[in-house]
This record gives sequence, C-alpha cells and structure tokens, in this order.
Amino acid sequence: MQPFKYIKVPDTPAAIRAAGINQAKFIAGGTNVLDLMKLDIEKPRQLVDINQLSLYKIEELQNGGIRVGALVKNSDLAYNPAIKKNYPLLSEAILSGASPQLRNMATTGGNLMQRTRCPYFYSTDFACNKRVPGSGCAAISGYNRMNAVLGTSDHCIATHPSDMCVAMAALGAVIHVQGAKGTRAIPFADFHLLPGQTPHLEHNLKADELITHVELPPLAYAARSHYLKVRDRASYEFALTSAAVALDIQNGIIKAARVALGGVGTKPWRSIAAEQVLTGLPPNTASYQKAADTAMLDAKPNKDNAYKIELAKRTLVRALTTTGEIS
Amino acid sequence: MDNSQEDQEAQKTGTTRRQFLGQVGLASAGLQLVPLLSKAGSMLPDNEAAPAEPVTVSLMVNGSRKTLTLDTRVTLLDALREKLQMTGSKKGCDHGQCGACTVLADGRRINSCLHLAVMCEGTEVTTIEGLAKGEELHPMQAAFLKHDGFQCGYCTPGQICSAVGLVREGHAHTDEEIREQMSGNICRCGAYNNILDAIKEVQTA
Repeated sequence: MQPFKYIKVPDTPAAIRAAGINQAKFIAGGTNVLDLMKLDIEKPRQLVDINQLSLYKIEELQNGGIRVGALVKNSDLAYNPAIKKNYPLLSEAILSGASPQLRNMATTGGNLMQRTRCPYFYSTDFACNKRVPGSGCAAISGYNRMNAVLGTSDHCIATHPSDMCVAMAALGAVIHVQGAKGTRAIPFADFHLLPGQTPHLEHNLKADELITHVELPPLAYAARSHYLKVRDRASYEFALTSAAVALDIQNGIIKAARVALGGVGTKPWRSIAAEQVLTGLPPNTASYQKAADTAMLDAKPNKDNAYKIELAKRTLVRALTTTGEIS
Repeated sequence: MDNSQEDQEAQKTGTTRRQFLGQVGLASAGLQLVPLLSKAGSMLPDNEAAPAEPVTVSLMVNGSRKTLTLDTRVTLLDALREKLQMTGSKKGCDHGQCGACTVLADGRRINSCLHLAVMCEGTEVTTIEGLAKGEELHPMQAAFLKHDGFQCGYCTPGQICSAVGLVREGHAHTDEEIREQMSGNICRCGAYNNILDAIKEVQTA
C-alpha cells in the first residue's frame, strides 16, 4: 500500500474542501477502497475519513418516499422496517450481497461507488483499461465467464458488482451530491457510466463532490417486489445473474412494472423496454418470457459467458413469477 | 557494509529488515510502472507518494485505553496483533473474505483487516481476548468447546466473535438463517455443523 495522508473531517463542507487535492479519496466503510489500496489498484495520496458527517438517517418523506443518508450501513438499510415494508426488493438485494461483517461496515454511498470485481482489474499483472487507461482489456480475450453481456464495449466487459444498485436502478432512486459549486440531484440511470472508450470513468461525480443521500421515490406497488440472485455458491458470492422486479397488478392485468438486472451489465441494468412489454399483459409465464427476451435482446456474449443470456432470462422469469404470486 | 554496520544503520533509521525489503519492493514496482503510466498520461508518477507520517491514535480495546503511534496504513488487525500483542484475532486472507479477523466494534461484528486503526478513535473494540470474564468463559466460547466447534482452531476466534455478533443482531432464527448469517466466516476444517450447534445452544440458553 502506498503511503497516504489521513484526515478526519467534521462536516460536509470540510469533506468537500479536502476532496479536491492530493488525489484524495473519501473513506467511509472502507471495505472496497482499502481492499484496492492493499493491491495498489487505488493509490490515493490523501484519505478523507467522512465517518463523522451527519449522514446516518433513514427518513420517511411526506410524499411516501424514503431518504437514505450516504453513511447508512448496508445492514441498517436492509433491516429498516420501512424499507422492508415499502421496498422489499432493496432489503433482499442488500442481504444477498457480501457477508454480515461487510454489511455492518459498508455504506450506502460506498456501495454506489464500489468497483468491478473483474479478475483482470484486480490483477496488476494483466492489461485493464479501467486500471491503466489505454493498456487494453485482458478479459475480452481471457477467461470471461463472470463478465458482462450488456453495455459492453471493445474496451471493457467488466460487470458492475453491486446488488443494492440493481434494486435502486429498478426503483429509479435519485442520488443527491454536494460539491464546491453546490448540490445536484442525479437520476440513478445517469449516475453510472457505460465503459465506451473510457472504461476508467465509472460515474458521474466530480472530484470535489460527495454523495450526501439517496432518495427512494414513492412507488406504492414496490411493496410487491423481489430480488433474486443466482450465484456459484449458496451465499457470499457475486451474482452470475440477478433480477430486481416490482409488479403493479390490478384486475388480472399488469398496470406497471419495474425490471432491473444484475451480473450481466457493465452498470446496474434497468430494462425499460421489458417494463413496457409487461404493461397491459396478464401476469403469466408467457408475458414474463416475452419481457425476458426483450431485456436480453441486445446481449453480446463472449467466449465463456454466453450462458448468462439464457440464465438471466430464466432468472427474470422466476423473479417475476415469484413477485406475481405475492398476495 | 558488514553486519555491525548494518545493525547500526537499522538502529539509526528504525527500519527492520522486513520493512526495508517491503520498501525496496514498492520502489522497484514503482520504477517499472512509471513508463506505462506516463504513456497513459492520466496519472502522476508513483514516486511522488505522500510521505508516511505517523499518527497518534487512542484505541479502546477490551475496556482498556491504548495510545499508539502508527503509520496511517496500519489496519486494526495489524495494530492488535503487531502493536498490542493481541494475536487472538487471526490474519487469514487480509481482504475481508475469510472472517478470521472478525472483532466487535461498538458491539457489531466487522472485518478488522479492512478497517484502518486510525479510524477507530472513539470505537469500543472487543476481541476474542475480551470475551471471557476472568477465568469464566463467555457462553459462546464454552459452547464451542462443548460442541467441538473447531478442529485446527485458526478460524475459531473469528467464528466466536462473529457468532456473538449474530446473536446480538437477532436476525437468525432457523438453521438455514444461522448458516447464512455465518457465511462471512470460512472454516477449512469444516466444523460448520458443530458451530451451528454451539450457536443454537447459546441462542436458546
């Protein structure tokens, strides 16, 4: 690990002031950034500890939504009664990720910022355009069983690793940030970037901006929602495929739907096309299959991950089936 | 430089052989990387890293206050083991994957290998050494003994701290839920069934 200067800041303005200099990185839970620093993948000169900031609240809003502070621990968010009741897919998604110890450390803001687990990104012996821009992508010609099939480019096929983000993508969460020039609200779909020709640019945050909270918009029918994760082990493993879905079923017809996929995209992958297909159809296997085919229409397989296309479809069909049966 | 000179040098700089080799390794890695990074053009050369300034941190470990002067890079796990000689918490993977380093921070289980010691100011840390009351074992320690919840014992301090955290959190009730909630602790000897029995005994006591 490279040496770095450590500063603890008391409030958000101080955090923002400290962020702009010395290739600074914020540290909250540290579960991802410290791991990457140990491997010399992240090399900040300055580490800004934001744990003293007052961003720990989960607040129910008058409009029916919920505002989540950036420092709320993953475990606190997952077990919050209002989250469990109003957005079960989010609670399930968080609890399907990592381990209890990591969830006790990891924060909401940090989870949004977590980086890919592509083995070629993690191993400094290989080329990786995310790690060293312009060096190439060893995954494309390498062993890419875990890599993405949606949103890929000729420069990167790394999967976005988060479960929480898949649920938030489905919910259309809004990420609130604060920087030297004031505050901004970023729609979830615009927060993470596709790799394109610049895989090292992963999000829409400026160097001096800090995530302060995430707003979950009111979505009454999200009470009927579910997150399904398929992985190589029963627990404590990243997704091969996953699906976060919510269904608004009235009089035997799907009035509205939310669909997002994990483990297959270079960013948390909401499929508005699949949602549109479901709308107006009866909640049955044929409808779900149609939605699944639509969601994976643009999928582009590599040598070892073509299986993900069929697996993602089946994951989505099963998640929708389970959700449709929730009374 | 003969041996006595080397000793004197070590005394003067306070650098041990192990640290020195580590620094040499980092330095040569840096030299190899510079041309690559310069070509990429988006990062500053590695040899301009911030100097390692030692910081003073006051830790509360098992109810007693310890003031340490540390390199900012020292993890809580390394501070416990190397600075405080509390070697109960084990270093397995050092990347938050195996759970051998699990301790309780303000009563909640965390991976001490993924937490910087300097971030622990004001946190009450409980390690395996702090669970027993004098000669009286913590109920979880006693249950692990009774049910043979280990074989080689390397993962055991982490398993026990994690299990204490699990019971406190109160989210695991069935066998399946306990197994899921203990998934952050790997046991290569495969003592999982006995660990499950130990936890159930404490839960129902």
